[in-house]
Amino acid sequence: MTPLPTPSHTVGPFYGYALPFPEGERMAPHGHPDRIVLHGHVYDGAGAPVPDALLDFWQAAPDGSLAGAPGSMRRDPVTGGHLGRNGTDFTGFGRVATDADGHYALSTLPPGNTGLPYISVCVFARGLLHHLFTRAYLRDGADILLDSLPAERRATLVARPDERAAPRTYRFDIRLQGEGETVFLEFT
Amino acid sequence: MALTQSDIDTEIDELQHAYDKERAAGAPPRSHPARDYAPYRSSLLRHPRQPLVAVDGGDPETVELAGPVFGPTDITETDNDLTRQHAGEPLGERITVSGRLLDRAGRPVRGQLIELWQANASGRYAHLRDQHPAPLDPNFTGVGRTLTDDKGRYTFTTVKPGAYPWRNHANAWRPAHIHFSVFGTAFTQRLVTQMYFPGDPLFVHDPILRSVTDPAARERLVARYDHALSRPEFSLGYAWDIVLDGPSATWIEEGR
Ligand SMILES: [Fe+3]
Repeated sequence: MTPLPTPSHTVGPFYGYALPFPEGERMAPHGHPDRIVLHGHVYDGAGAPVPDALLDFWQAAPDGSLAGAPGSMRRDPVTGGHLGRNGTDFTGFGRVATDADGHYALSTLPPGNTGLPYISVCVFARGLLHHLFTRAYLRDGADILLDSLPAERRATLVARPDERAAPRTYRFDIRLQGEGETVFLEFT
Repeated sequence: MALTQSDIDTEIDELQHAYDKERAAGAPPRSHPARDYAPYRSSLLRHPRQPLVAVDGGDPETVELAGPVFGPTDITETDNDLTRQHAGEPLGERITVSGRLLDRAGRPVRGQLIELWQANASGRYAHLRDQHPAPLDPNFTGVGRTLTDDKGRYTFTTVKPGAYPWRNHANAWRPAHIHFSVFGTAFTQRLVTQMYFPGDPLFVHDPILRSVTDPAARERLVARYDHALSRPEFSLGYAWDIVLDGPSATWIEEGR
């Protein structure tokens, strides 16, 4: 007999001392010349920023590998504290909690997946009984998922170059509900 | 006028009744909560109104069919013992929580990260914004991590968390619970959930637990007292297996 899945539950408001970790937002090794930044706000159905969202990011390495690597949360065996990433390896995983303004920023390397490059995003928050998956595509183009969507919805998955903020910076806002609602995904 | 527990109970009952009727009419069971479960007020402005868009997980190049990996560098040896993270001993009833991490085919999910966090024995989180006037415990933070072993097994030593009040409605109390965050071999298997303790009288009134409208699915969130896990002169044992969901592609193929 195959077991039935454990139900999902909300992350609640008080994960902040448990899940975020130092350098969770810094997937790109220090000083890497190809570093890009993905940033934006998370908004609720009233258009208010969500200050207690947690975003998990997963992506292919620049060479297209989906193998990932350990070391995102590297620990210090002496003090038990966090050491930060090792400065050279790309783990493919990042985690960022939104700040009091509902803003997040992730520094990473360009994903090298087959097809249009994208970063997979998993959204958790108080009020979300079940997490939400979406994708931040770094450019528009031919893609099975994007091509299946009407233009207005398609646009919610494509991060916009934000060169006014800084070079190689992309803006990707997440709207949980209502006008401009982000496309959220289910995998079948 | 403030919303009372009986207002919320009425809403919970209505939604339970609607689910039971659907089931009686032949609808398949739902393991997960609806995202728009009104008795949990925080869900009102935070659920999408548009249906989720299906992505065919049959394409092996789908990035989400792979997922992050963690290793021994990501945890320390005492991370799964929440009673040994400070100079002194935490207050409360010591417990051992152990179980297996499985996929939908019932196979062990090995070497994956399980993170856990919880309130202390008095029902207070070590979080600045938790205003519940129950005492903080200087010897308890309430955060643990571990990697599942080669049988998919995990074990934590901790203290039993207390129930705590929250502001969903007047006199709202959460049943005692431990929060879990779990990774599978695929990002699509990602799970954040909560584990409860058997026989808690608050179950029936809790809109978060009741958001899982399938009674059998709710049962799967409740750990079982397991005397074999109890450690003599030390702790009471609770067994709780976690089964990761995910598209069929993640459990038909051999996991790594
Ligand atoms: Fe909680």
